[in-house]
Amino acid sequence: MIRLLVFVLSLFSTMAAAETMKLAVTTSFHNSGLSDVLLPVILEDTGLEVQLLVVGTGQALRLGEAGDVDAILVHSRAAEEAFVAKGFAPYRREIMYNDFVFIGPQSDAAKIASAGDAADALTRIAETEAPFVSRGDESGTHKKELSLWSAAQLDPAQFGSWYKAVGAGMGASLNTASGLDAYILADRASWLNFANKGTLALLFSGDPALFNQYAYLPIDPARHPHVKAEAQRTLEDWLTSPKAEALINGYRIEGTSLFVFNAEG
Amino acid sequence: MNEIWAGMLAAFRLIVTLDADLVEITLRSLQVSLSALVIACVIALPLGTWLAIRRFRFRRATIATLNALMGLPPVVVGLIVYLLLSRSGPFGVLGLLFTPTAMIIAQVIIITPLIASLTHQAMRELWAEYHDLLISLNTTSRQRIATLIWDGRRALLTGALAGFGRAIGEVGAIMIVGGNIDHATRVLTTAIALETGKGDFALALGLGFVLIALALLVNFAIHTLSRTEQEGTW
Amino acid sequence: MVDASILVALRDTCVKRRGKTILGPVNLDLLDDGFTIVLGPNGAGKTTLLKVLHGVERVSSGTVKWSVPDAVARQTQAYVFQRPVMLRRSVRQNLAYPLKLVGASASDIDNGVTFWAAQIGLTEMLDRPATRLSGGEKQKLALGRALIRTPRVLFLDEPCANLDGRSTREIEGVLQRANAAGTRIIMTTHNLGQARRLASDIVFLLNGRLHEQGRATDVLRAPQTPEAKAFFQGDIVE
Repeated sequence: MIRLLVFVLSLFSTMAAAETMKLAVTTSFHNSGLSDVLLPVILEDTGLEVQLLVVGTGQALRLGEAGDVDAILVHSRAAEEAFVAKGFAPYRREIMYNDFVFIGPQSDAAKIASAGDAADALTRIAETEAPFVSRGDESGTHKKELSLWSAAQLDPAQFGSWYKAVGAGMGASLNTASGLDAYILADRASWLNFANKGTLALLFSGDPALFNQYAYLPIDPARHPHVKAEAQRTLEDWLTSPKAEALINGYRIEGTSLFVFNAEG
Repeated sequence: MNEIWAGMLAAFRLIVTLDADLVEITLRSLQVSLSALVIACVIALPLGTWLAIRRFRFRRATIATLNALMGLPPVVVGLIVYLLLSRSGPFGVLGLLFTPTAMIIAQVIIITPLIASLTHQAMRELWAEYHDLLISLNTTSRQRIATLIWDGRRALLTGALAGFGRAIGEVGAIMIVGGNIDHATRVLTTAIALETGKGDFALALGLGFVLIALALLVNFAIHTLSRTEQEGTW
Repeated sequence: MVDASILVALRDTCVKRRGKTILGPVNLDLLDDGFTIVLGPNGAGKTTLLKVLHGVERVSSGTVKWSVPDAVARQTQAYVFQRPVMLRRSVRQNLAYPLKLVGASASDIDNGVTFWAAQIGLTEMLDRPATRLSGGEKQKLALGRALIRTPRVLFLDEPCANLDGRSTREIEGVLQRANAAGTRIIMTTHNLGQARRLASDIVFLLNGRLHEQGRATDVLRAPQTPEAKAFFQGDIVE
């Protein structure tokens, strides 16, 4: 038993020594794989080890409110502005955007591939009552989907059983859609990195209404004195630097570029 | 079926190449769950034994509570521990959230009732056997508990291994309090959840096979260790 | 008042369980030395009397008064049960256990174990699991374990029930040596021959009451009551 204890204790001594900060990010950002490219470079350039908490937008905001992370990187403008208004973060800084795409079965029963815009695509799905999987988890993607329904003058609360709110992350929801041959709204990055595509295909994209703005929100040190203000600034400076611009704009999956850097200098 | 083959292949590849990330998260899984096991045993073995030898007013209620706590959903434990350790919670100043320590705390809460309850069941029988002798020898409570734990250690081992199995395979609580941070709090189960989320079933399954192998290995190791004590079987 | 030569005195001692009187009221004085055999038919209260004296059975009324304070009395007593309780350990560890409880030094433990293993004839078996011994060996081990702290008083409850002649003789030998060395022995038995061989005095119980008490030679040869006489003749007494 003592040998076991010594072994366990020796495992504790493997903690890293670099300066760290905690950043809550959305599942969709992490699934894009961009963080795997950025984090090592950030560590190299600034000596800062950014620890990612990959959660839904709702949980990311809660973690920020409680002061459990030093900053958040999310994509839900209305929620972010409310967050700033309540004084949890002094400001929000836009970093980059990517876009959402409509995924669905290759047979495309609702014929959204030929839709004029995002609202038209959703109207066609609702008219054919083709199975549609919704994140249903208050995430940025879910909120985006709801705003698109509302733009199409439709109310998901009135929908029948073809509308399935699964209350899960992007990957789990894509798995469900793949299993059900259902339509789903996903961010392009998650879709491209998703390995279990099955018979699903990208059917509609390109409407500016589908653009997805990411913003960086440092938690206000005046409210939570323990947050690492200096690390927040270091990360923000790096994320808005020309080096970040080059890496973000240059990130490609299967030859497709995913993110457009748009931070103002 | 294809997915399962691909999973086994992925597991094989990960193990044979001693994939650095795999080694890291495997060691962290062991670190967290073995620490939780040791702490839980320190609490649960004397507690379960004490419940077996002591008659007091709320004994039945205590045992019933313990049995009910065995079925506590880990995700609820995770949420409660999160709220306690959050910067806005009562123990926020300790800064323990999203560390392996937080994961250990959650797992201790999950497995202590299980081990205590199994201990109580095993010790009740042994106490019936030893009762007269230990009373006659005028032993103190502490001596009784120590004697029962030592002589009942084989039965207790089973309880401890059940606790370890529950700890190492647990995902709901440690996902919330650990945060599944790469290179900091990612363990086998949260990595499996992550890869499943990405739709990479082969890798997720591969990690699952590693987890199963690990659990088997620890079981065999502990059983072998306990059998090499040259005391025969009772 | 307790006389200097009286070891323990029971006064109106009663044990009741669920309203039923199991023992008593009993008035009994036991002297400082000797080998007391408690006799009586099944259900007479022999085991209960032993347990009351040992302090592990709660008395419903009356008193049990030792010549020394109770705590001291308890520490210097040992008890051997009819069915020996074996710790799930080796013979050596079973013998060592009572000494370990009182924090004896390793060398004292070693010496005690070696001495008593020889006394009870289990030297060859010290490293065997105690639970694998035969019935006679188990009872000898229990006896050695009871004597290893050289108790002032040793209680034995039918120690030789179900044992063969050889084991019985060996146990009786150990008891007589311990008694000669100064250990007061109080023992129950069914075996009248054993009572004749060992007893210095006899306590005869019937229906939970003290029926007759006296020097062994007197009581066994010339019992005063018809019930005792019948019992010693081998009749069934109710």
